[in-house]
Amino acid sequence: MRVNFGGRDFRKFAGSAAWVACAAMLLGASYMAVAQDFADGGAFPSTYRPLPQAPLAIVGASILTGTGEEIASGTVLVRDGKIEAVGAALTVPDGYQRIDGHGKWVTPGIIDAHSHLGVYPSPSVPSHEDGNEASAPNTAEVWAEHSVWPQDPKFRLARGGGVTSLLILPGSANLFGGRSVTLKNVPAVTTQAMKFPGAPYGLKIACGENPKRVYGGKGRAPMTRMGNVAGYRKAWIDAADYMRRWEKWEKGGKAGEPPKRDLQLETLAGVLKGEILVQNHCYRADEMAVMIDIAREFGFRITAFHHANEAYKIAPLLAKEGICVATWANSWGAKMESLDGIEENAPMIDAAGGCAIIHSDDGLLIQRLNQEAAIAMTAANHAGMSITRGQAIKWVTANPARAMGIADRTGSLEPGKMADIVLWSADPFSVYAVAEKTWIDGALAWDRADPRYQGPSDFLLGQPGQEFAR
Amino acid sequence: MIRILTAIAALGMAAPAAAETVAITGGRVVTMGPQGELARGTVIVRDGRIVSVGADTPVPAGARIIDAAGRIVTPGLVASGTALGLIEVRFVAASDDRGSHNSEISAAFDAGYGLNPDSILIPVARLGGITSAIATPVYDDAPNRELLFAGQAAAVSLGGAPMLRKRGVAMILEMGDGGAERAGGARAGELVALHAVFGEVRDFMARRAAYDRGETRTYSLSHADLEALVPVVEGRMPLLVSVNRASDIRDALAMAHEERVKIILAGAGEGWRVAREIAAARVPVLITPIENSPASFELLGATLGNARRLAEAGVTIAIQGNGNHREREMRYNAGNAVANGLPWQAGLAAVTINPARIFGLADRIGSLEPGKDGDVVIWDGDPLETTARPVAVLIGGVDQPMTSRATQLRDRYLPALKQR
Repeated sequence: MRVNFGGRDFRKFAGSAAWVACAAMLLGASYMAVAQDFADGGAFPSTYRPLPQAPLAIVGASILTGTGEEIASGTVLVRDGKIEAVGAALTVPDGYQRIDGHGKWVTPGIIDAHSHLGVYPSPSVPSHEDGNEASAPNTAEVWAEHSVWPQDPKFRLARGGGVTSLLILPGSANLFGGRSVTLKNVPAVTTQAMKFPGAPYGLKIACGENPKRVYGGKGRAPMTRMGNVAGYRKAWIDAADYMRRWEKWEKGGKAGEPPKRDLQLETLAGVLKGEILVQNHCYRADEMAVMIDIAREFGFRITAFHHANEAYKIAPLLAKEGICVATWANSWGAKMESLDGIEENAPMIDAAGGCAIIHSDDGLLIQRLNQEAAIAMTAANHAGMSITRGQAIKWVTANPARAMGIADRTGSLEPGKMADIVLWSADPFSVYAVAEKTWIDGALAWDRADPRYQGPSDFLLGQPGQEFAR
Repeated sequence: MIRILTAIAALGMAAPAAAETVAITGGRVVTMGPQGELARGTVIVRDGRIVSVGADTPVPAGARIIDAAGRIVTPGLVASGTALGLIEVRFVAASDDRGSHNSEISAAFDAGYGLNPDSILIPVARLGGITSAIATPVYDDAPNRELLFAGQAAAVSLGGAPMLRKRGVAMILEMGDGGAERAGGARAGELVALHAVFGEVRDFMARRAAYDRGETRTYSLSHADLEALVPVVEGRMPLLVSVNRASDIRDALAMAHEERVKIILAGAGEGWRVAREIAAARVPVLITPIENSPASFELLGATLGNARRLAEAGVTIAIQGNGNHREREMRYNAGNAVANGLPWQAGLAAVTINPARIFGLADRIGSLEPGKDGDVVIWDGDPLETTARPVAVLIGGVDQPMTSRATQLRDRYLPALKQR
């Protein structure tokens, strides 16, 4: 999979030798040969800049690295916003701010692979309902980032739960709901200032009951699952045709007028070219298998199935296909397609060698993804599986990073990665653990003991009831 | 003859469990009653009822012994934010009996009827340690929102048929944003409507004979609804008032005072801001302590500190789960309240004895005390923890299956994975 670097984002990393090498590799021949950038065309570039930071050492904590490893008592060194070193016996160099982690735990920043913060913000009033462009079954042309309200108070609440990055998706009313946006969970006035530099775009696809209910209820297609599939296939045929027209123009030495840009087909063509990742809302095992067949028919890859209550029934298939599963432990049963949800879904994907993710899809659950992972881990071990904390933490750190195409930069505590880190008051799998401090790119973004980090968003400023932390 | 034999067989199956004596020995017993906590205690259940709880309680001869050494023993949890027994799948209307849009049956809607003890939601909740629930009606009149009351809640057992423990434990009323919509779009309208309705009920009570002869003024409520509200105006049935905004809570307290009705608050997202007033009115509160987002204009002050602040002010709180399919999350919600300052004992009380007291069930459930029902859960760790699970659940002294449709699905698919 290729990661797409917008020009400005690329410059942001230009100071780091590792990043130059990495970007040069990523900006390989095939990328340069295609003038048409189906992924983003450089529009709406990230203006994110890390907050001020100093070299940092977290000493003496139990560390879950996000690579599967657990260090009983270790040190994390952070410099220039990056993880410098992680280990059991590290010397803290002079000039580093020292954080005492004894009796506490450290994990990578929590990453939510499925959020609607900003697009369904609080307060939930019609003026804010910006997550579903439910006006046509295919709205691949819309971008979630154009709906995100950075003042959604839930971003701050998520920081209190250790969330450092999130994938904001448009809703599931449509077969093609539009583009996702990946954000770093920093306070900001503009969405561009939260955009994760260089993160690839995603395309939200929805299976099953939602599209057929939304449109079938209006007496139009799709009103059945077969109608859903016909809608997907028609769109991919159009996208393949669009891509061919561009390629023909480019191979012809760009002679004559270029084809007219079509925002809807541009997004779909971005998927066909492997630049945009498919984030597929899909509950039932049989439907997931159909979606895999559609991907084969048109030559693209599905990056993750979301919700996926029945993923455990086809765990080996999903592992073989390299498709991540983003799901819950507790949520099931509201719809027929979610009736077979079980607590052990994510661990069973893990056991099959697949990529398991615990996601929230919810403004309250996003604050305690660690607990949701704990519930799945506990259920799995009760059922005779053997899941360690080191493994389970990946469900809310490294694996969502992988599904979002940012695993080379965040999701685990490894040298060179972004210093996105949480210091927990206790074992993060305990219901009593709270995120004491959260760093994003090495800068403190949340401190439970410091009211300066708990201030209300602009919307809540001056509203009643803000005199205590939330 | 066949029918008689079947009846005997059915009795025969039920009899041993009911007549059985069970001794749960050696566990850390958190009674939630006057005995407090026993580091190593024994609970004796005979004929479905608890007969003794103590550190040195002798085990009766012939008792079935459940060794709970190293375990934690608590009363069964009581869910108060749920419609267990009334719903299977939200998007399958025929399987959702939580409410009706029949305007003749608003207050009269009775969740004690139509209960389904075979619901697949029940074993899932039970595996979360829940043994009793308040099956609560939900308004089914969106988008027009015409009904003033959703109906009457019923206390139910999760131990199979018959489910019903007690009918009419509360009358469901929505105030705040939703109540305003019901009354035509503004809060003041609902308060006027409520006073008018209680006036009608009192008038009806005073003129029953004339009503039967058709000689009273015309009432806005149906006969069934008038009858249903009699226990409310007599103070025998509490109104369960869902409300969040601090000012709405004050309005609810004032309405209850003026009408001399008993109320329970539900939701109370901004309850902490008026905690002393709630405590002074001796009004209990059902809360979801994880609700800290300003999801609406009536929840601008929502905070994770709500449970602690209400409890510190002396309010009796019960902690709710996350509804029906997710009722099992109730104990984690209590754990989160503890993580945010509520004492652990108060957290456990909020899912056991407090809801039992609030709904008038404390003579039967909510604590481990002689005379109460044998609803007991044995845990492999702290019952409020994400990393703990029940190892045994007894309802009326009867062992409940530690399986659900979900665990059966797991057991169908897991072996193939383990062989890989």
